[in-house]
Amino acid sequence: MKLIFISCITILALLNANLNKNIYTQTNPLQESIARGSDIYLDFCINCHMANGEGVDATFPPLAKSDYLMQERAKSIKAIKFGIEGKLTVNGKTYNSNMVPLGLSDDEVADVMNYITNSWGNKNNKMITEAEVAKLKK
Amino acid sequence: MKHIHSIVILLLVTLSACAQQTDSAVKAETPPHLNYTTETVVPDINNPWGMALLPDGSMLITEKSGKLILFKDGIKTSITGLPDVYVRGQGGLLDIALHPNFAVNGWIYFTYASSKGEGDGGHTALSRAKIKNNTLIDLQLLYKASPNTKKGQHWGSRIAFDNDGYIYFSIGERGARDVNPQDINRDGGKIYRLHDNGSIPKDNPFVNVANAKKAIYSYGHRNPQGMFKHPITGTIWVNEHGPKGGDEINIIKKGANYGWPVISYGVNYSGTSFTEITEKEGMEQPLFYWVPSIAPCGMTYVTSNKYPDWKNNILVGSLKFQYLERLILKNDVVVKREKLFENIGRVRNVIEATDGYIYIAVEGKGILKIISKK
Repeated sequence: MKLIFISCITILALLNANLNKNIYTQTNPLQESIARGSDIYLDFCINCHMANGEGVDATFPPLAKSDYLMQERAKSIKAIKFGIEGKLTVNGKTYNSNMVPLGLSDDEVADVMNYITNSWGNKNNKMITEAEVAKLKK
Repeated sequence: MKHIHSIVILLLVTLSACAQQTDSAVKAETPPHLNYTTETVVPDINNPWGMALLPDGSMLITEKSGKLILFKDGIKTSITGLPDVYVRGQGGLLDIALHPNFAVNGWIYFTYASSKGEGDGGHTALSRAKIKNNTLIDLQLLYKASPNTKKGQHWGSRIAFDNDGYIYFSIGERGARDVNPQDINRDGGKIYRLHDNGSIPKDNPFVNVANAKKAIYSYGHRNPQGMFKHPITGTIWVNEHGPKGGDEINIIKKGANYGWPVISYGVNYSGTSFTEITEKEGMEQPLFYWVPSIAPCGMTYVTSNKYPDWKNNILVGSLKFQYLERLILKNDVVVKREKLFENIGRVRNVIEATDGYIYIAVEGKGILKIISKK
């Protein structure tokens, strides 16, 4: 009886692992870019913009449900690529701070943009590509 | 009934996933009255990181993007001849300090992110050089941490000299929390001590440990970005960034382990915990910890007679809350904290210079001098 039970659990576990694997091995360029962008976010962005993109009140603007991020695509890419300083209005609140250039390559900027525009309630189906980032000048 | 059970269990799981934190023992207050104000002395620097006042009253300022600026008689001059600076994430051109005997030997020390050596990415380096005709000469690389990594986080780095001529500098754990800080065979998450020419002192704590990085003086650090020599005791004091909560002030002791990430008063940015303990045998307790984090950067001890209200206090820049924090200590215990110059901007550095004035470096602004209100 015990053996059967263990076998059942093992089979279930294997099935489960396979199912998960199938989800993650699907080749979808946007999903792959978002996954890479998530790692970049944890390294370069999280200490100011926080774990759920909520930012810090009156200091660092939110990315989650941010009107600026979702409506100002080119400006947002440029902010990540070149840094940004001075006054910025996000969701009706004004921020006056400074984000220094992060030293990310164009493909990394695209990845992190795809991540933040598809997280915490944000949705963006029009994928940002390395070429789009490369085209934007200071 | 079954539903209530499920809800209770769900609640318990949710609650236990978010770690509990104990706030700092002393809360920061807004001072009711302030006798000092600031004036901009060097404007328009995007990310001033390190600064050093020269004997002739001019100032050397490092700009994170890789520029070394000499500010003299109201004019900014870019010093040429710098080594290649690897600008990535929190890395770039970092701190700068003069040799205690600078007037005689002219040596300038600076830390920076460098991609020198094998592997993609970079790690923190310490070099020294002299300045002649606005160019660095006699450039010597004194230390280069390895291996390189493309991580953007936690390069340190501050520099200080003690009374015996040793140079101390900090390197953060380079975003490898579970790999670097507790391993003395690896660079990162350490305070280093060298002779002024870069050689390893014979009495460094790990010189006789096979495979250890011999320049290490203390370990178990996360990202130390503030450092001074205590003017009375001569000891080296350091502050470091925690993750979410758990920023610390520590007095550096030879060979000591400051615990990161085995013990910490901080939690992950997501609010989950990475350790259950805040203390452990063989690991140092901080002199003070910040919960919530202020993101401390730069630190100085006030000795100058120009600031009688602040004498013997410690000043720390807050990147996160954009003020200068004043800490009042009694027998090495923080008894009072004040928020000075609230909303001034991200304070990257604070020094008490040889002219007796306190200078702060503010991101997006430049260098500000603290003066008495008229």
